[in-house]
Amino acid sequence: MKFTVKAFGVARDMMGGKEVTIEIMGSKVIDLRKGLISYYPELEKLRSLFIAVNQNYSEDVTELKETDEIALIPPVSGG
Amino acid sequence: MIEITSKPITREKIIQAAESPKAGALNVFIGTVRSNTSNKKVIRLEYECYEAMAKSEIQKIIDQAYTRWPLLKVAISHRTGILAIGDEAIVLAVSTPHRKESFEACQFIIDTLKQTVPIWKKEIYEGGEEWVSAHP
Repeated sequence: MKFTVKAFGVARDMMGGKEVTIEIMGSKVIDLRKGLISYYPELEKLRSLFIAVNQNYSEDVTELKETDEIALIPPVSGG
Repeated sequence: MIEITSKPITREKIIQAAESPKAGALNVFIGTVRSNTSNKKVIRLEYECYEAMAKSEIQKIIDQAYTRWPLLKVAISHRTGILAIGDEAIVLAVSTPHRKESFEACQFIIDTLKQTVPIWKKEIYEGGEEWVSAHP
C-alpha cells in the first residue's frame, strides 16, 4: 500500500521533506514503521517515534487506509 | 481557549480568558526562552508544530485536568516560529475556587503538554543546533 506521511522536527530533517510518499508491504502501523526505518535508517536513533493517524496517536496494530492523514511524531519538546 | 500562534503572545489576553467570578485563584505559568542550556550559549529557538493535532492533544489534557480538579477556566497559548532570548514560548492560565488546585492543575497541564503535544523546538546555539530531546 501507498501512504503519504507528514514529517516534523528532527524526522523531517532525516527524511528530507515535510511530506513523503512511501509504498510498503502490509497495512498496519507497525508495517509502516518498519518500512520507514528501512528507507530512513537514521529514524531508529531517535529516543521515540510515534505515528499519528488522523491526528491521534496510534498503536502498532492500528490498520491504515491510504486516505488516512498520517504523521511521524519524533520526541516532542514543546513548552 | 487554546491558541497556537506565530506572533508574540499577548499574556493579558490569556489571563483574561481564564478569569471567572467564581475563582479564588488564577494561576499563570509563563515559559520563556533562556540564554543558556547545558553550558551552551543559546542564540534562538525555533518551534515547529503539527497544529491540528497539537490543539486536540492540548484539549485532551485540559479535559483530563477537569476530571481531577474543580477547574473553572483554562486558557493556553503556545508560540511557534523563531523566538529570541526572553521571549514567551507558552502562557498558561488556570482558574479554580482555591489556590492549591490551581497550582496542581497548572503544573499537571504544563508537564503533560511537554510529554504528549506535537510541538518541537530546535535550539540554535553558538557553534551548532539541535532538536531538543530527539536523541537518547
